[in-house]
Amino acid sequence: MNLDAKIPTGALEGKWDKHRFEMHVVNPANKRKFSIIVVGTGLAGASAAASLGELGYNVKNFCIQDSARRAHSIGAQGGINAAKNYQNDGDSIWRLFYDTIKGGDYRAREANVYRLAQVSNEIIDQCVAQGVPFAREYGGLFANRSFGGALVSRTFYARGQTGQQLLLGAYSALMRQVGEGTVQMYPRHEMVDLVLIDGKARGIITRNIVSGEYESHLADAVILATGGYGTAYYLSTLAINSNASAIWRAHKKGAFFGNPCYVQIHPTCIPRSGDYQSKLTLMSESLRNDGRVWVPKNKDDKRAPGEIPEEDRDYYLERRYPTFGNMVPRDVASRNAKAVCDEGRGAGDTGLAVYLDFASAIERLGKHTIEERYGNLFEMYHLITDENAYDVPMRIYPAVHYTMGGIWVDYNLMSTIPGLHVLGEANFSDHGANRLGASALMQGLSDGYFVIPYTIGDYLAGTELKKATIEDDAFKAALSEAKQKDQKLLSINGNKTVKEFHREIGSILWEYVGMGRNEKDLKHAIQEIPKLREEFWQNVKVVGTSDSMNKNLEFAGRVADYIELAELMAIDALHRKESCGGHFREESQTEEGEALRDDENFSFVSAWEFNGLDKEWTLHKESLLFENVIPTQRSYK
Amino acid sequence: MENKNLTIHLKIWRQKNSSDKGGFKSYTVHDVNQDMSFLEMLDILNEDLIKKDGDPIEFDNDCREGICGMCGLVINGTAHGPRSGTTTCELRMREFEDGDTIVVEPWRAKAFPVQKDLVVDRTAFDRIMAKGGFITVRTGGVPEARSLLVQKEKSDEAMDMAACIGCGACVAACPNASAALFVGAKISHLALLPQGHPEAKRRADQMVAQMDAELFGTCSNHGECEAVCPKEISITGIARMRREFWKAMA
Repeated sequence: MNLDAKIPTGALEGKWDKHRFEMHVVNPANKRKFSIIVVGTGLAGASAAASLGELGYNVKNFCIQDSARRAHSIGAQGGINAAKNYQNDGDSIWRLFYDTIKGGDYRAREANVYRLAQVSNEIIDQCVAQGVPFAREYGGLFANRSFGGALVSRTFYARGQTGQQLLLGAYSALMRQVGEGTVQMYPRHEMVDLVLIDGKARGIITRNIVSGEYESHLADAVILATGGYGTAYYLSTLAINSNASAIWRAHKKGAFFGNPCYVQIHPTCIPRSGDYQSKLTLMSESLRNDGRVWVPKNKDDKRAPGEIPEEDRDYYLERRYPTFGNMVPRDVASRNAKAVCDEGRGAGDTGLAVYLDFASAIERLGKHTIEERYGNLFEMYHLITDENAYDVPMRIYPAVHYTMGGIWVDYNLMSTIPGLHVLGEANFSDHGANRLGASALMQGLSDGYFVIPYTIGDYLAGTELKKATIEDDAFKAALSEAKQKDQKLLSINGNKTVKEFHREIGSILWEYVGMGRNEKDLKHAIQEIPKLREEFWQNVKVVGTSDSMNKNLEFAGRVADYIELAELMAIDALHRKESCGGHFREESQTEEGEALRDDENFSFVSAWEFNGLDKEWTLHKESLLFENVIPTQRSYK
Repeated sequence: MENKNLTIHLKIWRQKNSSDKGGFKSYTVHDVNQDMSFLEMLDILNEDLIKKDGDPIEFDNDCREGICGMCGLVINGTAHGPRSGTTTCELRMREFEDGDTIVVEPWRAKAFPVQKDLVVDRTAFDRIMAKGGFITVRTGGVPEARSLLVQKEKSDEAMDMAACIGCGACVAACPNASAALFVGAKISHLALLPQGHPEAKRRADQMVAQMDAELFGTCSNHGECEAVCPKEISITGIARMRREFWKAMA
């Protein structure tokens, strides 16, 4: 199969405009004749559903939570980037494009990233018009800040809850369409399978989480905006219900999976305190703007941080990266934190933490300013750890946070299954091998507000769609398969709980497919994972029935998918022998211990085709061409 | 800090579905670490129930960091538990003593019917939002962001109101099961910003009408809502809602 990314020809700056002109447009009067399913109500899903409803399409929008407003985009704290150059510090669309390509370690498509930078400005206009209360200065204009890995202040923020406020903006637009009747909401509905007719995505099977009923939904196109797969690691900063099942089941129906090994481990999370822990809490990396990262200079220095004098502290990021200092990109910050802890210089009882110290910022700016900037984060830290970070430095440690990989999509955000479009974190498209801070919100809203409304019209206007109903064989087969799978899970009645299996797959991934990867570990993981999969289907214990609310059953299906997906993550990581961005292969590093790319052999996107669990995946490669930037060794010195 | 493990007794509301009558059941959880969150303690209880072929307790939760608004339990009679300015998921077991008996119930309000155990249906909030909790703008057809100046103080105040996470604790705590704080917060957020002015009247009128239609009670200024609000939203939001509503009537 030829993997065509459908990148428009012509100069980079003009590609999107030219493409918008050349695409088919659906006659306004005909739009209501088309129905579109949107799964997910985060930034990408809600903005897509709202915008498509507004255009006149018939939209059905599904989410697993009780309300569209709960999607985990709300967890994003720090901000959203845009190339407005309001601060007059030399920002431009070109610079945002360049920073994002470089930040992704030259493993993203130029054309996609340029489009993202272009529409970044429209996103801010849209959100402000919706009433998103971005931080303002006394003159009534915007306050912006610089954010992880950027030398310009291009980040817009709403206190420490930018994701929440942007999502409430998209949710309000969505609710307006629900009120208008163009969008029908299906909360507490979980997509359990994708339905293809004549090779095209034509619908989904869902399970009503309250009643347990299975339902078939027909449409002319399907959009998945269901987020990333970081919960495969068990502990992550993601929400408890975030999962990979929608994209994984689409993958098993034929959608290629792009770059599954690209996982972002976020450097500033509250460290783990015990086995009972169910999730890790992220502290926005905006904290690194004013906090200084350090560990004791000497191994096994167990003194309280306040008792360690300046000369016995190692501000290792400032020392190693004088230009970027504490602001280096996430992958670099995370690896360095792990390295100093591995040396035995970690902070706290567990030794798995580094200090993030605000003492000098408080001295310079006053406690009030720090409180205004990060008050809610300090409160959150206090709530969890019972420590006051105004007086003692915070302890932080890296945690799984974002997955750059996802379903492979072309420039139109369509997967290898015609009619199946994938948006936001669920696709692989814009962040290469590492995502910069404040870029996820930008991508979600770009895909949903400003890309899919055009490109889906092009698909619908240019495609012959057979008349179909939910009585067609494809729906019946998928429906009965979904029911059977749940019955099978309920019938095993083994000795291990779903959570125990989840912990086990998580620990395999964290140990062997985590921050530093090598051939031996990855091969070990590839051996272990299928064994765990086999054990799962023989020994899992799922209680209750399928005809009522049963979270245990929902989770069982998700964990079964994580185990399958984990195998592909390890295979992809083994295959990619180079280091790039968040994917660090210990065999491939510079003398200074930085990720060493191998452009000659690995300047491509890995797109994996599923052939059945008992067969090997087929690797397809999409070559990445750099016509506008020259890939260089990333350096943040 | 010295960590000691607690033994916790629980009386938890169990209800099979919306038509079941429901009732309390008692459980005991041992070895509860004080740094554990309240929900992690329930996780342990559920793991134990599953292992013993029991029926795990259904409760809503998602982000587990106090921002999604999905969780919400009435703990010893207080929505979201004993600590102010906190969601249930943020509550830690260090708030409790060894040997304590804790009573756990779902939100109780006519407009929030119980679906199972501690899970309630809060879609009434969505229906209120669909009536006016927005600014009518189309995707793309909007002015440049800087074309509108917003006074910092107003913007900050709007942000205070926009911080509502829609958890419904205000309703659960109110003796009248009123949704005035939820609705007031949204009306205030949008009324404080110049973008929200053109349709302020329509918004107040329609959101208030839907709130009544959903069978939420009337606000009689008890202030319980403000006391339990995890985002500490002030009841000045309710006062503003009333002003906006009367303006709409005028």
